[in-house]
Amino acid sequence: MSSSKLDPTPRRPLPSQVVKDDEPILVAAAKAGDISAFETLVGRYERKIFRLTQNITQNREDAEDAMQEAFLKAFEHLQTFEGNSRFYTWLVRIAVNQALMKLRKRRPNVVSLDEEVDTGEDMVPREVEDWGPSPAERYAQTELSGILGKVIGDLDPSFRVVFQLRDIEELSTEETAEALGLTVPAVKSRLLRARLKLRQALNQYFRRGEHQ
Amino acid sequence: MKCKTIITELADYLDEALDPLLRTQIEEHLGKCKDCRVVVDTCKQTIEIFCNSEPAPLPPSTRLKLHEALAKRLRRVRA
Repeated sequence: MSSSKLDPTPRRPLPSQVVKDDEPILVAAAKAGDISAFETLVGRYERKIFRLTQNITQNREDAEDAMQEAFLKAFEHLQTFEGNSRFYTWLVRIAVNQALMKLRKRRPNVVSLDEEVDTGEDMVPREVEDWGPSPAERYAQTELSGILGKVIGDLDPSFRVVFQLRDIEELSTEETAEALGLTVPAVKSRLLRARLKLRQALNQYFRRGEHQ
Repeated sequence: MKCKTIITELADYLDEALDPLLRTQIEEHLGKCKDCRVVVDTCKQTIEIFCNSEPAPLPPSTRLKLHEALAKRLRRVRA
């Protein structure tokens, strides 16, 4: 393996750092009462917000309700949005709260988000197999979506939410901590667990020689 | 450096949040340990696969419900 392979991936800038040029204009217009501006924002983010609520709740009805309530709450409280963060980040926080409320209602015994996470010996992977280049390209888009949905759905909710915000919605570690009411070290330990568990779960689909 | 240290520091390594000395030590270990190299590389690919995945279009009935609820609320504002 070449040394360049060892370099961490240059990641795309966080969305919280990439503000679409017209987003502040749309938000300002919506705050001033322009309903079509708010509808444009809804159209822009509805798919991402539904994926977020679906991944957290793992239940379509709850995901639909949480998404709907998130957009309605965002609209109702738009005047309190001061623009200190990106609108999308603010919306994600609202949607996460709605989705977590649904999850806790349906599964009251679900692991608490602020529960201690063991970071002991069992984290060291036992199954180490290389995947080869571009493993995701071996699958059709719909098949890949199904695989990703399944493996993330099998994660414990306390890891799933952190991974969702940090690595899918690309919030920063600090933004994720703030959205979930966790400390930065707690976010980091959950993120590490989530990444390792997902890596392990994807191994059966992506290891070299599989599905070729 | 032990393999367990690589795992402990993996998240910060992938997020480029390590101090340069520790990063160099990790890269020296990765140069020698194939298993750790594979874990780091496949973990990186895991993040990329999720990060690059596009959200599916909303199911039509889901979209309809959302927009009906919004329209109802927005009509009240207009009134």
